[in-house]
Amino acid sequence: MALRTPLPPSGPDTGGPGGPVGPGDRTPRPGKDDRLGRTGRPRGLARLRRLPLTVSWAPGEAQERRPPRALVAALAITGLSLMTLDYLGGDSSPVEPARTVVGEVVGPLETVADAVVRPVAAVPAWFRTQSSLRDQLATAEAENAELENRLATDPLDRARLAEYDGLLTAAAAQQVDLVPARVVAYGAAQTFTRTVTIDAGTSSGVQPDMTVIAPAGLVGRVVGVTRTTATVLLVVDADSTVGARVGSSNEVGFLSGGGSLSEPSRLDLDLVDTTVVPAEGDVVATWGSGNAGPYVAGVPIGTVTELFSTPRDTTKRAVIKPFVDFSRLDTVGVVVPPDTESDRALIGPDGIRR
Amino acid sequence: MNAARTAVTALAVLVAVVLQAALLPELSWRGVVPNLVLLVVVAGALTRGPNVGVILGFCAGLALDLAPPADHLAGRWALALMVVGYVAGSVRRDERPTLPVVLVTAAVASFVGSSVFALLGVVMQDPATSVGDVLAAVGVGLVSDVVVAPLVLLPLLVLLTSFEPQRRFA
Repeated sequence: MALRTPLPPSGPDTGGPGGPVGPGDRTPRPGKDDRLGRTGRPRGLARLRRLPLTVSWAPGEAQERRPPRALVAALAITGLSLMTLDYLGGDSSPVEPARTVVGEVVGPLETVADAVVRPVAAVPAWFRTQSSLRDQLATAEAENAELENRLATDPLDRARLAEYDGLLTAAAAQQVDLVPARVVAYGAAQTFTRTVTIDAGTSSGVQPDMTVIAPAGLVGRVVGVTRTTATVLLVVDADSTVGARVGSSNEVGFLSGGGSLSEPSRLDLDLVDTTVVPAEGDVVATWGSGNAGPYVAGVPIGTVTELFSTPRDTTKRAVIKPFVDFSRLDTVGVVVPPDTESDRALIGPDGIRR
Repeated sequence: MNAARTAVTALAVLVAVVLQAALLPELSWRGVVPNLVLLVVVAGALTRGPNVGVILGFCAGLALDLAPPADHLAGRWALALMVVGYVAGSVRRDERPTLPVVLVTAAVASFVGSSVFALLGVVMQDPATSVGDVLAAVGVGLVSDVVVAPLVLLPLLVLLTSFEPQRRFA
């Protein structure tokens, strides 16, 4: 945008913009130096110095340019009068009709302009949404996966919570301290032993010959420990013998595992006193001797389901159905002395303590 | 030529009034929008001088006063833009206005116009506004006007000076 016909500087010898100005006027003005551009206009700082901010009246233009005082006064008075009328008139001011007329014209135009502008103005937001859709989708998918996972594990968590509740109840009932543990492995049937591995070892305070109980009753005893795991011999194992007491008669005997690998598991009870006949449905609990022996005293084992005796034997035998479902062992507790140091929370008679 | 020029100016004022109400709310910052009508008045005054500037300012301001969203006393913008037309028209016109000149003129015009408008409101007690609010609105309006000025003023200047063979942008 170069000035095609530069106007001569204002001065007494110029005829103003109305004067004959032609292409021949391109000749540079006298006295100009190399800072003046091709079109005769100053460049760079020189141009800035010549900012024409001052009011300069070309004599020839005076009549055309200067607004007559009468015009300015008339317009000002009109404006002030309008304001005054509008101010005094309030809602019924004489300006209202004009306002209405202008509104009738401009209002629809504004509506149209808005209808045109709104979609255009919404374009950036649309693009912004597009660019963030991926993030939103990723976030939503992650959230969905997490929720699905939570939904799927919800029954498991409930079951575990119920087991821990049961452990709490058992600990309170037995007045013992328990190290909670989960059964992580079952011994293979080919070994002909009924053992499980639990995920608590010496670091949790588990030592050999400790009693392992489930919420329902006796599970077995610890036969081997590592730092983080322990092997538990279940009471249903053929090698397991537990001193037991029949609940109704306080009669003592020895429980031996049936060793049967088939369900339901069973225990055989040999009573010491052959004259005592336990009744069906009697509860059998551990005999034990305080916390010293392999089995703490008073842990329920099962109920008497069958009684039989053979003439050859000198004792009566009873078949005991254990309370614990050994095929579904999950959370168990290892009975530990009260002052055991453990890396996990202990379940005591008074609740969970660390 | 004169009629066409007047028609173009009037159309520019109308478009500015409509756009200012419909378009610029999307671009507003703190509720302050660039004053397109003021910029049209500045463009007209820069090309035509204070005489036309005063009349153009008065008429454009009156349109702004009466167009729908306006609820202030009619005549406030008319008087304010009248002053703006006078001030902008008084800038020397014997050379093509350069970009700094245009920007400075727009800034001064914005300040003067907004201030006169606000002062008239204070005098007439039109809206009860605090001085701080008025100053903030004037300042933000000045900045926004200067930002928009190159986009609005330069095309308008080119358009309006195209009617004047002696002062044409190439």
